[in-house]
Amino acid sequence: MVPLSAYVAVSAVLFVTGLIGVLIRRNFIIVLMAIEIMLNAANVNLVAFSHYLESMTGQIVALFVIAIAAGEAAVGLAIIIVVFRGKISTNVDEINLLKW
Amino acid sequence: MTLPLGDLVAIIPELIVATVACLVLVLDPITPPSRTHWLAWLSVASLVACFGITVSRMDATVTAFSDLMILDPYAGYWKLLLYVVTALTILLSLAYLRVERIHLGEYYGLILLSLAGMMIMVSAADLLVIYLGTELMSLSLYVLAGFKRFEVRSLEASAKYFVLGSFSSGILLYGISLLFGVAGSTRLSAIAAAVGTHGLDDPALLFAMILLVVGFGFKIAVVPFHMWTPDVYEGSPTSVTAFMAVASKAASFAAFLRVFLEGLGGLREKWYALFLVICVATLILGNVVAIVQTNIKRMLAYSSIAHAGYALIGVVVAGQAAADNETRALGLSSVMLYLAMYAFMTFGAFAVVALLRKGGLEGEEIEDFTGLAKRQPLAALLMLVFMVSLAGIPPTAGFIGKLYVFMAAVNAGLTWLAVVAVLLTAVSAYYYLRVVMVMYMREPDPSAGLVSRLTTSPALTLVLASAFAGVILLGLFPDPLVSITTSAVLPFK
Repeated sequence: MVPLSAYVAVSAVLFVTGLIGVLIRRNFIIVLMAIEIMLNAANVNLVAFSHYLESMTGQIVALFVIAIAAGEAAVGLAIIIVVFRGKISTNVDEINLLKW
Repeated sequence: MTLPLGDLVAIIPELIVATVACLVLVLDPITPPSRTHWLAWLSVASLVACFGITVSRMDATVTAFSDLMILDPYAGYWKLLLYVVTALTILLSLAYLRVERIHLGEYYGLILLSLAGMMIMVSAADLLVIYLGTELMSLSLYVLAGFKRFEVRSLEASAKYFVLGSFSSGILLYGISLLFGVAGSTRLSAIAAAVGTHGLDDPALLFAMILLVVGFGFKIAVVPFHMWTPDVYEGSPTSVTAFMAVASKAASFAAFLRVFLEGLGGLREKWYALFLVICVATLILGNVVAIVQTNIKRMLAYSSIAHAGYALIGVVVAGQAAADNETRALGLSSVMLYLAMYAFMTFGAFAVVALLRKGGLEGEEIEDFTGLAKRQPLAALLMLVFMVSLAGIPPTAGFIGKLYVFMAAVNAGLTWLAVVAVLLTAVSAYYYLRVVMVMYMREPDPSAGLVSRLTTSPALTLVLASAFAGVILLGLFPDPLVSITTSAVLPFK
């Protein structure tokens, strides 16, 4: 059986990947993907703990998080589309009219 | 499985707000554009109904949905504040959106959805529910920030708010997942029990706590998680900025206090020092950087960061391990009082900015206010009152709010913190009174073109009158509000 620590390690790696992705990648769509990775890192944690603690709560929370992530992606892509129409760019650095 | 009716009765205000929000979205396409204001009045009517229901239930404490939600006086207090702010936002938007030519019905639906999220946040007793409420609030606000979709600045604000907002939600969620691992449940009560059994040095617990501090720090905009605030506040439509600065900050503070005092109350000797540092950094940075701003919305954004710092003083007092429960309750009630005072004065200031835009002024650069007293005496007078209140000068609400926060700090033996905060208040007087100076001491520039007269509307008059009355009346007669906040604090165990 895979120990809990393995799941938590995978989740931590995913979380750090997402964190670094948001901080260093400049393409808006990649940033959105990095945020989704962060949410999924939490999901891995939740499901692993849920199995280990024999409590269903974690799996239910993970289902809610998946739904929220879908909503977030929809809003994010909609914002990217209007920004793209206005500025013809999805590069975060070129979204710079306001001081960062 | 059936839903017990009692649970649904308990959340009637939330149901009303969410239903009316959906109703507005459905009615919008079949409402002629000249009648869009009907949707606004429908929204305001639903808020009045919710206000009545929440007032009638203020004294009771009810839990619903197997302890997922708790409806106590604490939640009731925040909900009343949120209804007032939302109603003022809708009334302000009625006039402002027309000037910006973005008067669309879905705006009101989104405002109400955001309010529903905030209401869920303030009465949630479970981390999952708090997360869901936060997301409902934030997703609606991301869209609202970009509502001036033909203006690049507004789109930029929306994009930045989205990236940093979802980033912080991701961090918050990871913290929640770790807390679930430690406690085996996402209920705040179960987490409090787990903190008791695991002790203070469990690394997973401490790491989760830090992630929650970061996640909530973004939402309430405290240093060092404030970077998004000036950009988003400047770019968003002014009515949305006012809503974000006041309502979303109040709701985030409410949820944040409940999580840290109820769920992680046992860890308070760990988070106390963290908040003390954040509080001082926020006070210094907010007040000092506001001095160099030339855009009034940006200046008010830094001012709102500074005000979050003043409110954090109360949080620090409430989290002091050495203090007795009475002192801690005073700290918590001073936060509640401060944010109510802050709501009226900040909303008023943003409303005047929106009003001047209506008057044909660009009205966003502080220079645009030159000689306003000669051109628009009434608008200048209102701005004067709000600026004086933000600076914390009596007899306004801002003074009373600061007085209670400082009093709580002194009672808790944090006199040095109160002294630092008072000194920084003196700094803040510089940038607030500079606006007054520009309005009253300078001659209007003849080439700028005098605005003949402001076209006012009943709704706008009502907004300005309410904010003005709130600032003056709460400044002169704070006692009723003080007694409400004192009776609505969270119970300390």
